[in-house]
Amino acid sequence: MPALPLDEAGKYVAGAYVVFVTLIVIYVAILGAKIARIDREISELAAEDEE
Amino acid sequence: MYSKGLKPLSLATVVTLATAMALVFFYAPLDADQGFVQKIFYVHVPMAIVALCGFVAGGVMAIRHLRSGDPSWDMRAYVAIHLSIILGVGVLVTGSIWAKASWGHWWVWDEPVLVSFLVVFLLYCVYYPLRFSIEDPERQARYASVFAIAAGAFVPLNFVAVRLAEAYTHPRVLSQTGGSLPGDMRLTFLVSLLAMALLFVTLWKLELTAKHASMELKKLRRKLNARVAA
Amino acid sequence: MIRAAKAILRKDLLLELRTKESVPAMTLFTLTVYVLFHFGLDRDSLDGELASGVLWVTLLLAAVIGVTRLFAAEREQGGIDALLLAPVDRTSLFLAKAGALFLFLSAVELVAVPAFALMLLGPDLGGTLPELIAILLLANLGIAAVGALVAALAAETRARELIVPLLLLPMLVPLLIAGAQATEPFLRQQQGPDDLGRWLGLLTLYDVVFVLLSVAVFDYLLED
Repeated sequence: MPALPLDEAGKYVAGAYVVFVTLIVIYVAILGAKIARIDREISELAAEDEE
Repeated sequence: MYSKGLKPLSLATVVTLATAMALVFFYAPLDADQGFVQKIFYVHVPMAIVALCGFVAGGVMAIRHLRSGDPSWDMRAYVAIHLSIILGVGVLVTGSIWAKASWGHWWVWDEPVLVSFLVVFLLYCVYYPLRFSIEDPERQARYASVFAIAAGAFVPLNFVAVRLAEAYTHPRVLSQTGGSLPGDMRLTFLVSLLAMALLFVTLWKLELTAKHASMELKKLRRKLNARVAA
Repeated sequence: MIRAAKAILRKDLLLELRTKESVPAMTLFTLTVYVLFHFGLDRDSLDGELASGVLWVTLLLAAVIGVTRLFAAEREQGGIDALLLAPVDRTSLFLAKAGALFLFLSAVELVAVPAFALMLLGPDLGGTLPELIAILLLANLGIAAVGALVAALAAETRARELIVPLLLLPMLVPLLIAGAQATEPFLRQQQGPDDLGRWLGLLTLYDVVFVLLSVAVFDYLLED
């Protein structure tokens, strides 16, 4: 198959890289939320401990 | 324990990723046959290679787990496999996009890397249901490790088999991986590969840190509760 | 260790001979699948690649049934605990179970392959028999090793019937590739050149890897 013209090809290439970046962003976001929760629980525990 | 070196590692990852992207879009030449579409190759193939190595590494960590009985090795194996499965989704999706752009179909059976990856991916997806169907945590870890070892040994075997089969029926046309790459493309590819590998290790350490912290937290909470109860 | 393996194997074979649970079911299954393929493909006779593929996929699906039932006797009668309490090496258990699966598969193929030749195969099997037998035996060895491993992995999970096919079938893909490619030249109308050495080599590699791996790893399964 002959190579796609640049504007059409651009969409596919952009799509592929977007998929890649999205995967990373989602993963880091979920991890970030988990770490935030851990931080919150640590402060709660520290507060409980002081009582 | 796991967060040692995480900051410099993350920095290195970001820098290498940025460099790789710059090389891909401003340095690497346009492919003669496939044109701009070939640029997908710089994200698709490194993802595949890193994911496959991740699966095999998970198998090696599983061996360490079985031999030492130390559950932290099982955790390392779990995260490695978990990350590789996520990368695997990326491989299949970017591979599909590449196939559509190059061949007009959303899936092709001609590309041995993609096909053998599909089989590996389908196999490793069973890792989760296998783990979660075993309730006892020690047994769950043990069985998961056995699976990781068997599957890890399976990965190279499968790759060889699929490649042999494809070579037999379809001559490999999309053969961009390795071999006959011109110098500037090769440099771009290697930097992309390095970036992907660094990304994997960074995310791996990151998730392990989070998991470890979560475990320590549970322990602390239990101790505190026991003290309050007493 | 070999003696223990033989003893367990004998028990399993006697049990199968008496209850006739696995092998007849697997055989009947292959015949049914041939009928399905006849209707699904809308073909009276197959040859070459199509024939090879249908035969091998059918055999693999039948193997799934055998694997799911491999530890059934122990599970149903609580025998697994007795087996584990006895001073029996896990490796003997593996050898016995893999051996049983190997023999079951061979027994099924004794009927399933001629049935295939009768029902769906176009060209004659005739003089290709020794090669076919070699391919099938090598493949059975691989299926037996991987099957016993998967059976043990899934033996005590709650979702056994789901996990076994999902685990077993992808792991058998290299074996399927080698087996189907090896068999294909012998099922063509005109006997063409075959690449038997290459595919037998792949089968042997697969067998060696998974027999060794399963033996090494089996000790960690089915404990407590």
